[in-house]
Amino acid sequence: MSSYTIILFSSIIMYIILALSWNMFSAPTGYISLATAAFFGAGIYTTAFLGELLPLPLLMLAGGIISCMLAVIVGAVTLRLRGVYFTIFTFGLVELLRSLVLWAEIKFTHVRGRFVVSADHMTVFWCMAVLLILLIAAIVLIRRSRLGKSLEAIGESEDAAAHIGVNTTAVKVAMFAISAFAVGAAGAAMATRWSYVDPGIAFNSMYSFMPVLMAIFGGTRSTVGPIAGAIVFAYLEETLITKFPSLYMIIFGLIMVGAILFLPNGIIGLIKPPVMKLIAKLPKRRVRQ
Amino acid sequence: MTTFLNILIGGLIMGGIYAIISMGLSMQYGVARILNVSHGEFIMVGAFLTLTLSKAGVNPLLSLALTAPPLFLIGFLLHRTAYKRLTTVTGGGGAFEGNAMLISFGIMFVIQNIALMIWGSSPQGYQFLVQSVKIGGSVFALNRIVVMVIAVAVSIGFYLFLSRSRIGKSIRAAAQDPVAAALMGVKINRVMALCFAIGALLAGLAGVLLSMINQINTTMGMSYTVIAIIVVVLGGLGSIPGSLMGGFILGLVGSAVGYFEPSLQLVAYYLIILVLLLVRPKGLLGR
Repeated sequence: MSSYTIILFSSIIMYIILALSWNMFSAPTGYISLATAAFFGAGIYTTAFLGELLPLPLLMLAGGIISCMLAVIVGAVTLRLRGVYFTIFTFGLVELLRSLVLWAEIKFTHVRGRFVVSADHMTVFWCMAVLLILLIAAIVLIRRSRLGKSLEAIGESEDAAAHIGVNTTAVKVAMFAISAFAVGAAGAAMATRWSYVDPGIAFNSMYSFMPVLMAIFGGTRSTVGPIAGAIVFAYLEETLITKFPSLYMIIFGLIMVGAILFLPNGIIGLIKPPVMKLIAKLPKRRVRQ
Repeated sequence: MTTFLNILIGGLIMGGIYAIISMGLSMQYGVARILNVSHGEFIMVGAFLTLTLSKAGVNPLLSLALTAPPLFLIGFLLHRTAYKRLTTVTGGGGAFEGNAMLISFGIMFVIQNIALMIWGSSPQGYQFLVQSVKIGGSVFALNRIVVMVIAVAVSIGFYLFLSRSRIGKSIRAAAQDPVAAALMGVKINRVMALCFAIGALLAGLAGVLLSMINQINTTMGMSYTVIAIIVVVLGGLGSIPGSLMGGFILGLVGSAVGYFEPSLQLVAYYLIILVLLLVRPKGLLGR
C-alpha cells in the first residue's frame, strides 16, 4: 500500500470509531451528544503533552483514560438534564474547553500551540485498526448485557426505567464514559498526524457534527449503519474538502437535512428491505424430512 | 467611576442586542420547539446585507427596514417546507426537538458557506456615526448610543406587540399549550411558522445593529447563537420577559468580565449557565 492509501484508511477508521462511539451512547438513549470533539481534543492534547515520553499504544490508553474521566465529570453534572439541554451543554463544552485551554496555554506556558511528535503511518494504522476491533467487540457485548438493556429502557421511557429500578444517571454516565474512552484513544493516535496543534485545531466542533451525520445518514439502529455512513463521508471529505471547502460544507449541510427528512432509518434502512425481499425470493433449500 | 460607567454603557449596548437575539430564539424554541442553531447565521446575513447596502450608499438605519422582510420570508418558507415535513415524519414530541436541532445545524452549514463564497472570510466593516459624545466624563462613539436606543426600543416594542396585539395573544396561547390553542381556533401551523419567521426577522435586525458598531465576519454567527441559547435558558424557556432580562444580565456580566480579562468572557457565560442548570433548571422566570 502507498502511504497515501494508509493515511486514507486511518482517517476512515477514525471516523468509523467516532461514529460508532457516538452511536453506542446516543442511539439507544436518545440523548444527542455533541461532546465528541471535546473527547477527541482531550486525546489530542494528551499526545501533545506526553508524546515524547510514551509509545503510541500507551498514549492511546492515556488519552482514553483522560477522556473517560472528563466524560464522568461532565456526565455526572449534565446527564441529569433532559433532551435538548444536554445537547446544548455538550456543544458548549467544546467551546468552553477550547477557550480554557487557549487561555491557560497563553497565561502559563506562553505558547499558542504545541509541536507533536510524529509516528510511522503504518503504526498509526494498526493501532487504529486494533482499537476499532475492540470497540466493535465492546458494542456487541454491551448490547446483550444488562447495561445495554438498561440503556434501551431509558430510551423507551426514562421514568418507567427509573421505576423498575434502573439507576438511570449511573447507567448513562457509564456508557457516556465508555464511548468517550474510544474517542480519546483515537484522538491520541491521530494527533501524531498533525505536526502542530493549537486549541482551535484540537477542539474543532466539526468532530462533533461529523459522527452524528455519519450515523444518521447510515442508520442509527444497527452497527453497520454508522460504519457505512462513516466510510461514505470520510471518502467524500478526503476527495472534496481540499479542492472545494465551501462547496463541501454546503453539500454536507444539504445531505444532513435531506437524510433527516427523507431517510429516517438511514441508507441501511433503504437498502435492507429490498435485500431481505430478494433473499426471501431465493429458492429455499429443501429440508430433508 | 469612569470604569463603572464604561462597563455599564458597554453592558447596556451588548445587552440590548443580546435581548433582541434571544427574544428571536425564544420565539423559535419556546413556541415552535425548534432550537435553531442557524440563528446566528441570520444575524450574520443581516449584518452583511447592511454592509453591502452601505457600500451602495444606503444609510444603515434604512437597512433595518430593507433587510428584515426578506429574512422574515426565508424563515417563514423554511418552516413551511423543512420543519413542517419533519413534524409529519416524527409526529412531534422529543424526536421532533432533537431532529429539528440537527436540521438547523445543516441549514447553518449551508448559509454560512454560501456567505463565505460571497463575502469571503476576512473581517469587514464600514464607518457610521463615529463622532464622539461625552456622558458623565467618559467618551462614547455616537453609533454605540444610537444602537443602544434602537435595541431598547425594538425590545420593548416587540414585548408590547406580544402582550397587546391579537397575533401576539395567539402566539402566547400556542406557547402555553399548542393543542388547546388549536382547539380554540388558533391556526397553529401558521402561528408556528410565524414564530420561526419572527425569530429570523429579529436576528436580522440584531445583525444590522451589530454591523453599525463592530467589525463583522462570515463565521461570527455561532458565537451569537451560543449567547442566545444561554440567555434563553437563563431567562426561562418561552418567557419573553425572561429573555429580555437575561439579555441585559448577560450583557452586563460580559461587559464586566471583558473589561478585565476579555478571553474569559465565554467561560464566564458557561459558568453562569452551569450554575443555573444545576440550581434552577427552569430559568429565572420559567414556569
